[in-house]
Amino acid sequence: MSVAEAQARSAPSDASASAELAIESAALTKRFRSGQVAVDTLELRVPRGAVYGFLGPNGSGKTTTIRMLLGLIFPTSGRYSMLGAALPASAGSVLPRVGALVEGPAFHPYLSGRANLARLDAADLTATGRTAPRRIDEALERVGLTAAAGKRYRHYSLGMRQRLGIAAALLQPRELLLLDEPTNGLDPQGTREVRHLIHQLGREGVTVFVSSHLLAEVEQVCTHVGVMSTGRMVWQGSLPELAAQQRVRVRVTTSDPQAARDVLARLGLGEPTVVDGEALAVLGSIDPERIVEALVEAGVGVRGFVVEKPRLEDVFVSLTGEGFDVSG
Amino acid sequence: MIFRRRRNQAILGVLAAIPILIAISVKVTDHGSRRGNDNAGALFGSIADNGVFVAFAALFVVLTVFLPMAISVVAGDSVSGEANIGTLRYLLTVPVSRPRLLAVKYTGILSWCLVTPLTVGVVGVLAGLALFPSGSVVLLSGTQVPYVDGLGRLLLTILYAALMMAAVGAIGLFVSTLTEVPIAAMATTLALSITSAVLDAIPQLGGIHPWLFSHYWLRFADLLRDPLQFDGVEKGVLVTLGYVLVFLTLGWARLGGKDISS
Ligand SMILES: Nc1ncnc2c1ncn2[C@@H]1O[C@H](COP(=O)(O)OP(=O)(O)OP(=O)(O)O)[C@@H](O)[C@H]1O
Ligand SMILES: [Mg+2]
Repeated sequence: MSVAEAQARSAPSDASASAELAIESAALTKRFRSGQVAVDTLELRVPRGAVYGFLGPNGSGKTTTIRMLLGLIFPTSGRYSMLGAALPASAGSVLPRVGALVEGPAFHPYLSGRANLARLDAADLTATGRTAPRRIDEALERVGLTAAAGKRYRHYSLGMRQRLGIAAALLQPRELLLLDEPTNGLDPQGTREVRHLIHQLGREGVTVFVSSHLLAEVEQVCTHVGVMSTGRMVWQGSLPELAAQQRVRVRVTTSDPQAARDVLARLGLGEPTVVDGEALAVLGSIDPERIVEALVEAGVGVRGFVVEKPRLEDVFVSLTGEGFDVSG
Repeated sequence: MIFRRRRNQAILGVLAAIPILIAISVKVTDHGSRRGNDNAGALFGSIADNGVFVAFAALFVVLTVFLPMAISVVAGDSVSGEANIGTLRYLLTVPVSRPRLLAVKYTGILSWCLVTPLTVGVVGVLAGLALFPSGSVVLLSGTQVPYVDGLGRLLLTILYAALMMAAVGAIGLFVSTLTEVPIAAMATTLALSITSAVLDAIPQLGGIHPWLFSHYWLRFADLLRDPLQFDGVEKGVLVTLGYVLVFLTLGWARLGGKDISS
């Protein structure tokens, strides 16, 4: 934990790099009137073109951060900018290039999905009215909602609502998308489609900032992650950076674990131990092939040999703690 | 948006029923025309002589309760309704700037302020034409003017009523920025209208009467005299514009710095 905190602090604050950042914040803090500090001196650095997974336990301040970025709530202190322009001053020119899904979709219940999109589009002064029907159809198509476009929103299922919310974020070509738990309530196909969609948008050069609890999904699509815990960023950086920091372990299943442990120790692997009849050690920079070779040479009968990369979930838990209760 | 909502269509339906109800009641119970001493009596008494008074009498009836209620519902719902279902956050991220949002909402409220008395007036004229004579109009001052002139005065009356309601609309818009519960905003706005009317009815508070927004609502009767008496109407217009200005400013100040956490 302390290593991670040090990492978060030591993030380089190179001014020339800020043009390359889609989202940047400095000491961004939100203290609600209740006295609760929901976001605490946050230093967000989201590179342009990144697919950034914004992680954190319930109540860690993800939605509050997204609301601040969108100008819905005002920070208590700190500065932030998106697409290179300081906010909230430049909201009028920046927000049209930003699509957003905040804390679930919200539409007028008695209007159809298409009519709801048309209403939002009409409210956008930068949108061309002439192209609206085509853009609306494309957005609906992209989220697989064409068949239900004429239904009243109140008759939509949870997943259809979520899809319509994503369609609203895609009404215009965007440079940046802020998606707060976009796969909430989606069926497995829907989740997969959203994952593909995010992947595809990322490839088109759109920066995607996505908060999620589905770590397996994040691991598959994201290039960067930021992990929040009680309002603070405990780690952020690229996924390869994260992986490089993690300790990869080897696990040897054998009839003679003690001998295997000794071999691992001799090769210079860290923390060699025997647990439940298996030899464990931290891999470090040694080739796994050499370990197997050494084990065989030493006459240890190897039944199983596993190189264990920690899953994002394990990393997440190690960064944010095991506790199940939300921190009030 | 406003006119597509079923609830608002129902309100318009109720408003349209009032002049019809008045016309039928007068037709059924009338035993020759009588003119009362007060404005209300005079308006109702004149119906049998000329159907256009159905419209005036109906406006008189709805101005104190029904119209403020209709306006309270729409104005109170304007911002709080969007906050309640969460669409407010998506409008703001489109982005619609907060002042523009207020301007659009108030424009909608103003159109509602106009359409509601217009509905009452038009239905009133039609009901009057159907059931009563339509010759020259005898004004409250006893002067006779042509029917068309009477219609002109009706139009003035409707515009006056719309303007009076614009104050209720501005108050409702402000109240609507205070809460995420539409029904609370509607009730508060209506309660403020009623409070204003109650204060207006207490003689000991005569000093503040000229500053109450409901004080001038029924002054439209002055438009039914010859020559046209504009004093009361003029004051009503000025006080109303004052209210509109103050409450729009309050609404702007309130919404401008508000955290939208719905
Ligand atoms: N309007 C508000 N007033 C007071 N406290 C608030 C308000 N909005 C959020 N909070 C508090 O701020 C903290 C962060 O909330 P936030 O919604 O940002 O969490 P989150 O990371 O999005 O959680 P989740 O994963 O459950 O969506 C919570 O403790 C919450 O109670
Ligand atoms: Mg959240």
